[in-house]
Amino acid sequence: MALSPLDQLHRAAGASFTDFAGWDMPVRYSSDLAEHHAVRERSGLFDISHMAEFRIEGADAGAYLDYVLAGVLSKLALGQAKYSLLLSETGGVIDDLIVYRLGTTEFLIIANAGNRFPVAEALAARIGGFDVSVSDESDETALIAIQGPTAEGILRRVPGLVAEAFAEGEPPAPDALSALGYYRCLAGRFGETPVLFARTGYTGEDGFEIALPNAAAAALWSALLEVGGDDVHACGLAARDTLRLEAGMPLYGHELGLQWRPEQAGLGRVVAMSKTDEFVGKSALSNPVDPDAHVLVGLVSEGKRAGRAGYPVLAGDEIVGEVTSGALSPTLGYPIAMAMVHPSVSAIGTELELDVRGTRIPAVVTALPFYSRSARN
Amino acid sequence: MTDLTALNYTAEHEWIAVDGDVATIGITDYAAEKLGDVVFVDLPAVGAQVTAGSVCGEIESTKSVGELYAPVTGEVIEANQGVVDSPELVNADPFGAAWMIKVRFTQTGEFLDRAAYEALTAE
Repeated sequence: MALSPLDQLHRAAGASFTDFAGWDMPVRYSSDLAEHHAVRERSGLFDISHMAEFRIEGADAGAYLDYVLAGVLSKLALGQAKYSLLLSETGGVIDDLIVYRLGTTEFLIIANAGNRFPVAEALAARIGGFDVSVSDESDETALIAIQGPTAEGILRRVPGLVAEAFAEGEPPAPDALSALGYYRCLAGRFGETPVLFARTGYTGEDGFEIALPNAAAAALWSALLEVGGDDVHACGLAARDTLRLEAGMPLYGHELGLQWRPEQAGLGRVVAMSKTDEFVGKSALSNPVDPDAHVLVGLVSEGKRAGRAGYPVLAGDEIVGEVTSGALSPTLGYPIAMAMVHPSVSAIGTELELDVRGTRIPAVVTALPFYSRSARN
Repeated sequence: MTDLTALNYTAEHEWIAVDGDVATIGITDYAAEKLGDVVFVDLPAVGAQVTAGSVCGEIESTKSVGELYAPVTGEVIEANQGVVDSPELVNADPFGAAWMIKVRFTQTGEFLDRAAYEALTAE
């Protein structure tokens, strides 16, 4: 199994591990719930080095990405990031990913660990006549996320960690990290090591993701824990999953897949059908969606018993869908789930039932996300 | 502190303390650790008949669902409301406050002693 560059630190910290997409990654350090709450109330530190990184460089980099991905990437400003989709010819989702613009002719893609090879294959196959090179830097690149209300303050106090200008950019202001907007990125340095700061995440909280070479990752991880003290908690993939579920964020293989079109998962807005140039998947997506195709909804229940991925969703005695992710929400205290259901039962307020291992649990269709920090009192 | 060598175990990670014809049953620290933070416990009602080797309850964590297998056949004479009300006891004190049911049994399933259970769970 693949090991993170931070593996020895995790083992020394007594983490429990799980196989995630072929990587032996921390599932928790002590308590999933404590780690979850730490992110909502203070900060959590996540090792997400298993994720895949691809660098796209060349005169045609922007045009290439506009063809390869579902969004308009060529129009991103320097230091801007965008959530996008890599589609198949038939309009299914090969992966969801984030694209960062690092220069006029340079972009970084961060993709899911489990889709590294399908993504690599699609990126290579679509180069065609574009003047572009694609390099898979996943094996050399560590990725650390710090997420939560105290993340920014901790990051700013790490000795030797500073913002820098992109090669083509203006020198950053002294408070550049604080001023960095959501879905923006900034070059930087940790000691002598170049890093990339991005104000992105997968928890529903404010926070940063920091990409850097493997060799410097352990020092940065340790520095963040030391500077953060009681304000930061190392978090495993279990907390990451309940956090993203509360935030209504899809997880590939659960809410997204090759068998579904983006609109079914509520991601129609991510597909730039109006862009004039051709892109892979466009012709398939110009056909109307099958009126019976299932759509993604949020479901909430009472009590403590959660629907889990794969459990049937019922309207009366008829199976109308299937849970894609579910858990007892640690923040909200009641069960939440995402499910793919028939569009006839997808309206907010529709009363359905979940078959929880033979017991029927009432569930009501609700708007996503279940939790948003702006709505929190 | 519970004397773990005095308990019996199952391959499904229950522990059993036998006192005459009454078995007190819980899940092991190993099972609790694998589950993660337990948030919901569902136990059979007092008076229910349970059969060795069959599922008689559920233990859910934020991450997954575990099943409680009855290690003996008999009648449930007590169910621990404390662990139903405070499922986190399963992580905090699996061999003590988080006992789950007491069964007056007529027959036992296959038990492991501590050494055999430790061998089973050694990685």
